[in-house]
Amino acid sequence: MKSTLDRPNQTCLKSVKMQGITKRFPGVLANDNVDFDVEACEVHALLGENGAGKSTLMKILYGLYHQDKGNIFINDELVKINSPTDAIKHGIGMIHQHFMLVPTLTVAENVALGLPSTYGPLTDLKRVSARIIKLADTYGLKINPEAYIWQLSVGQQQRVEIIKALYRGADLLILDEPTAVLTPQEVDELFGIMRQMVSDGYALIFISHKLNEVIDISHRVTVLRNGVKIGTRPTSEVDKSDLAKWMVGHSIDFITTTEKITKGEARLQLDHINCESDRGAKGLADVCFDVRSGEILGLAGVSGNGQRDLAEVIAGLRKPESGRIYLEGEDVTGCNAHELTMKMMSYIPEERMRDGMIKDFTVSENMILREHDQPKFSKSGFLRLRAIENHTKELIDQYQIKTPSQKTHVKSLSGGNIQKLVLARELSRKPRIIVAAQPTRGLDIGAAEYVREQLILQRNEGTAVLLISEDLDEIFALSDRIAVIYEGRIMDILSRDEATKEKVGLLMAGVFPGAD
Amino acid sequence: MKSRLNAIFDALLPVFATLAALLVGTIMLIVLDVNPIVAYGALLNGAFGNSNAIAETLVKATPLLLVGLGICIAYRGNVINIGGEGQMIVGSILATWVGLHFTGLPGWLMILIAMLVGAVAGAIWAGIPGILKAYFNVNEILSTVMMNAIAVQLLNFVLTGPMIDPVQSKNASQIPQTARLEEAYRLPRLVPTRLHLGALFAVILAVLVYFLLWRTTLGYRIRAVGQSKTASRYAGIKVKRYIILALMLSGAFAGLAGVIQVYGVNFRMITDGSTSGFTGGAGYNGIVAALFGSLNPLLTIPASVLFGSLLVGANAMQRVTQVPSALITALNGLVVVFVVSSDIWRKKRQQKRLIVPLEEQVVTDQVSTKTEENVA
Repeated sequence: MKSTLDRPNQTCLKSVKMQGITKRFPGVLANDNVDFDVEACEVHALLGENGAGKSTLMKILYGLYHQDKGNIFINDELVKINSPTDAIKHGIGMIHQHFMLVPTLTVAENVALGLPSTYGPLTDLKRVSARIIKLADTYGLKINPEAYIWQLSVGQQQRVEIIKALYRGADLLILDEPTAVLTPQEVDELFGIMRQMVSDGYALIFISHKLNEVIDISHRVTVLRNGVKIGTRPTSEVDKSDLAKWMVGHSIDFITTTEKITKGEARLQLDHINCESDRGAKGLADVCFDVRSGEILGLAGVSGNGQRDLAEVIAGLRKPESGRIYLEGEDVTGCNAHELTMKMMSYIPEERMRDGMIKDFTVSENMILREHDQPKFSKSGFLRLRAIENHTKELIDQYQIKTPSQKTHVKSLSGGNIQKLVLARELSRKPRIIVAAQPTRGLDIGAAEYVREQLILQRNEGTAVLLISEDLDEIFALSDRIAVIYEGRIMDILSRDEATKEKVGLLMAGVFPGAD
Repeated sequence: MKSRLNAIFDALLPVFATLAALLVGTIMLIVLDVNPIVAYGALLNGAFGNSNAIAETLVKATPLLLVGLGICIAYRGNVINIGGEGQMIVGSILATWVGLHFTGLPGWLMILIAMLVGAVAGAIWAGIPGILKAYFNVNEILSTVMMNAIAVQLLNFVLTGPMIDPVQSKNASQIPQTARLEEAYRLPRLVPTRLHLGALFAVILAVLVYFLLWRTTLGYRIRAVGQSKTASRYAGIKVKRYIILALMLSGAFAGLAGVIQVYGVNFRMITDGSTSGFTGGAGYNGIVAALFGSLNPLLTIPASVLFGSLLVGANAMQRVTQVPSALITALNGLVVVFVVSSDIWRKKRQQKRLIVPLEEQVVTDQVSTKTEENVA
């Protein structure tokens, strides 16, 4: 099928080998003598935690970085890839995690962007459209070349990116965490497309840190840790716990809430909340739910469906247009963040570096961020430095925050330790309600499990926890009930027993299961 | 060990930058056919050669320090106050009026009242751009500069009209100046030079500002708002209020600088009609001093003395070597350029040193192992 596409002067790509790749950044050895290879007709998964060197390795292959040492062979011939243009010439395409599309242009215009036109200075969009349709039909990509990018869903935009790469004659596609932004159904569709491509002779590199997906789609898997290759194995010979062990360097017990606990009174109630989003668009529409003492309510949804607005409304950082919010029965609509903090609500914000921390403040200054004016930390306008110091020391020990000292600026801590600092600050005050927005995003497995562990501990102590997450596995592992948000609406709230990934996935896409 | 060396190097960087600026100045001197050793010798001698010279340097440094302290507060709150000139002028107009209007009070009381009046007037003058910024998102750099222009014209008006020295109003010369303050209202001299109590007062204030910024909740909030507005909102800080407050505090210190200039040095307000006729540019040079002192109130003390000495020494250099006065301005400018760029360089170096995730990852590995043990 692939050979029918018109690509003159180019030999077919059969194999790519990267040998002894070493890349050094100031103070970091990102890749240390890494070997990697991929052949036609296979999906090779590249697995590793954040900062393991996956992206660096792939950016070298795509010509965005240049290796300090090592060679790249295509069809056993030594090649130099100095830029993405070189990579494309060699038949290598990359689907970035953040799409490189112009929203105000059509699909065809985006595909044609940067390519020479057959009509010289005039565009040949008709011809481009025809070829897009041909390509799309082959792989069931279902895309209208005349549609504007801004009209498309995230999943459709990803397809445009794939078409763009195929249009440029890619034989090897690098997919950088392609499932991060998709609903489970869209993931299935993507995997279908990937399987079809593989059977047509394409080579695919699948970058991910989601173990289930790697096992599902790949033929071989390579694990990187701290810039070093741990090994390559056929996927059929490994299981999830092997891979996790390789990724982290020691075994991981995946936690789930098995322990049943009797739920108590409703601590947080939202009553017909409406609010605007930043651009004046509808943020939340008629949101109603309650979170009870001793439960984790998981809020599932594809990124950008109102989760941020919801978290901010509850935390008092955004004013709802209508509706009421009750905290333990008390009407707190319109209360600001400070008043809610005093009513023992804790909030773990999504953008921990931007909203939850002041990166040029020290560890101890950040530790008192929410309660700096409380009698325990200040007295008649003066900070009680000794008390602050003792408090910080205690929490550093208790939450195992790895920091050179409490006078260290937060910006020089690792992501996991910064999140531990937020947890220490928000959880140590024995809150009645916790709103946790994407609390494990960007953390390595070890730190993420620690965060989940802490949330479960809080639940077991009777705290009401609202967990907002885009990671369905996390939602299913922790939640007692699962609410699904789509375009600012709560689609449904399911009990843990009746919730299946399929049901939740449909709701996340705005479809009621059972409805036509 | 290496980190300590780095820290020492960082601390000395402004000094190196100053030396580098003087080196470029040397080239200009050579082009002008002036022996640089003679010229810089004259500069040093003029600034620190004898007790009188030192006193002059400190007198020049005092308003720089006071304005600089306000700048430390404002910039820590991430508001750029370029309005020191205007705030100085407005503060001293009101303080001078009070001093001329109410006669016969005890000297210490009058000085206290004048300082209070000047500080409040400066704060209000800075508060206007503050409110505009907080509520209407008006760029404070523009608005404070415009407030300067208004203040200068106001000064020219009151010194030629309502507040003109009665003696001058009868003369044909019509020099734009006020009458002299009475003897009792003048700030006491410290030693038999022009050095007055105001210099000591400014140093004490520097220590207080240091405490304000790092030991009080007010300072904590100003710095928090300056670093991150979203995180401050999350912390329950009323961001708008502290933006205005940071500018007002900054203006109060500039106002004080004006008052002390009147009550300690000139004993009257006088101008030549130019934009910096009264202030001598202290409202701008104070910004430079504060930046030179890395926005740290305590480091702003030596920074102000350095710039004071450059100003005083430059005059001496001009007298001895007959170089054009523009060269002195250029030399000041060079110091600023070098110091500011060295600061950017220092930050880059710090950032490079920060990137060490490899070791950190090993550390998190150990931590997560511990976590598991706890779970088990």
